[in-house]
Amino acid sequence: MSTPLLIEQLLNGLQFGVMLFLMAAGLTLIFGVMGLINLAHGSLYMVGAFACAAVAAATGSFWLGLAASLAAAAAAGALVELVVVRRLYDRDHLDQVLATFALILIFSEGTRWLFGSFPLYLDIPATLSGAIQLPGGGRYPLYRLAIIGVGILVATGLYLLISKTRLGMRIRAGESDREMIAALGVDIRTLYTVVFALGAALAGLAGALVGALQSVQVGMGEPVLILAFVVIVIGGIGSIKGALVGAILVGLVDTLGRFLLPKLFSAFMGPAQGTTMGAAIASMLIYVVMALILAFRPRGLFAANA
Amino acid sequence: MRDGVGMTRETLVGFVLAALLLAFPLVASAMDEPFYITLATRMAVLALAAVGLNLALGLGGLISFGHAAFFGIGGYVAGIFAAHAFNQEPIFSAPFEFMGSDRMPMIWLAALLISALAALPIGAISLRTSGVYFIMITLAFAQMIYYFAMSWPAYGGEDGLSILARNAFPGLNTANPLSLFLVCYGLLLVALLVFATVRNSRFGAALQAGRQNETRLAAVGIAPFSVRLVAFAISAAITGLAGALYADLNRFVSPSMLSWQMSGELIVLVILGGTGRLFGPLAGAMLFVLFESALGGLTERWQFFLGLILLGVVLFARGGLMGIVAGKVRHG
Repeated sequence: MSTPLLIEQLLNGLQFGVMLFLMAAGLTLIFGVMGLINLAHGSLYMVGAFACAAVAAATGSFWLGLAASLAAAAAAGALVELVVVRRLYDRDHLDQVLATFALILIFSEGTRWLFGSFPLYLDIPATLSGAIQLPGGGRYPLYRLAIIGVGILVATGLYLLISKTRLGMRIRAGESDREMIAALGVDIRTLYTVVFALGAALAGLAGALVGALQSVQVGMGEPVLILAFVVIVIGGIGSIKGALVGAILVGLVDTLGRFLLPKLFSAFMGPAQGTTMGAAIASMLIYVVMALILAFRPRGLFAANA
Repeated sequence: MRDGVGMTRETLVGFVLAALLLAFPLVASAMDEPFYITLATRMAVLALAAVGLNLALGLGGLISFGHAAFFGIGGYVAGIFAAHAFNQEPIFSAPFEFMGSDRMPMIWLAALLISALAALPIGAISLRTSGVYFIMITLAFAQMIYYFAMSWPAYGGEDGLSILARNAFPGLNTANPLSLFLVCYGLLLVALLVFATVRNSRFGAALQAGRQNETRLAAVGIAPFSVRLVAFAISAAITGLAGALYADLNRFVSPSMLSWQMSGELIVLVILGGTGRLFGPLAGAMLFVLFESALGGLTERWQFFLGLILLGVVLFARGGLMGIVAGKVRHG
């Protein structure tokens, strides 16, 4: 096994982790502030991807598409919050699961209605279409590196937003005591809508960025959503730091597991059976890691308000 | 307690629904409409799966978003046993040779046991957590099994596994749709009886007390963890049994039985009917299958409308169907 290949896989894992962070950050923020479990977060990811693909196809510009994905996902998020989610804050988790499950059905079929059943394709923008030389001899696509860069930017931006701004102060106050912050005269309902739209925009951004790597289709959001759940459960629900650590961990474990385990098993069981066995175990690996972490720390690595 | 003197309206509605479900395929059979018999069988099997989930979710308050795992495990037990019996290849040969089976009672027993055995470690880890963590962890375990089934090629992987000839029940011709329905319906009644017995037992009282107030339950000297773990295993076993029947009904099992959508659907069945109510799963399954076939006949986009209806039920009709027709649950 060559070093460039390993570096490439490490970067792939990092890129995957960064994508998961964009999803998980919104989920964990929404749970932390509003106490809401939102299954429809994957639908907002899909909305972002479709908006980007449609606008990019109409205008020819990926960057306009990217802006559209942020706007469309944020708008869809705000709308969903105002019409449906607002009624769920006082309900138990079961009602939240069901109502947001219903939203998935509505979003998925609605999107299929608008765009048809065939996947859309989104091209990588020309400025980012090259590859760069890696130390040790390999080449790595520039676009994937750019995604890693966006992830680092968003993580930094979120950190600054939450720890340094007035909005961030209100979000933190809302997490620790929502009655008190309402009593102090903060318009808590608007704050909730803003937080929900912010989380939705991050999911939409993730969808648009990944849309250029894969095809844009109905149902693309849910596998990512479930991984994002694994991430926030590992990291501790409500903790942005936990979401970042969990996302990178899940991204690296999944990618490296799929790369290394088949090789490892082949060494013991022979190539044919080893590859199958390795691939099967690798597909379950992150869930095993999650179960192990939870067996020792039932509230995740960085449990918020424990 | 809940049934004091005579019959409550809820029980009465339940018996009427059960009678309707029995009458429907008998009439369909007389009119030679096998499609409707299959529809009723689907209702009975899904109701059975939901009775299992209702035990954990309704009585214990354990919101398992991973019951498709047990549904799928039951399905794969039926598929794998049948495939090995058909091909005359042993499933394992040490410590003794086991050839699989195409006998339903044997498959049911295995589905019950294997689902319960799978539920023990899953439950033991998941029950260390609560609330939203529990929801997500049960989901994650189901996904784990789903991806394993997808990537393990021995039993069809993504493509699933066909059951070439429907498994047999002694003395019945299971290829006849009405016989198969009666088998499923009989098991559903047994499961309802088990649910009612559990609910009214000391164990059931402890389970429900744990849902209402965990601290008080612990204070009277009962450990909530072990009560919940046993309930989770019983619940998984019933859902696993339904999975085996579902595979036999479709003569096909695939990873889609293990998917998160399936877990969501099972919760929907329980909620549509009314959480924690004896006949809730039956009402939910009948309503769901009716929606599915009625809306599915009208529009290709039926899931869109199902979503709207579901949203309406969650936001505005909180007791489910049984809540609407039979009034609020009376807490004795």
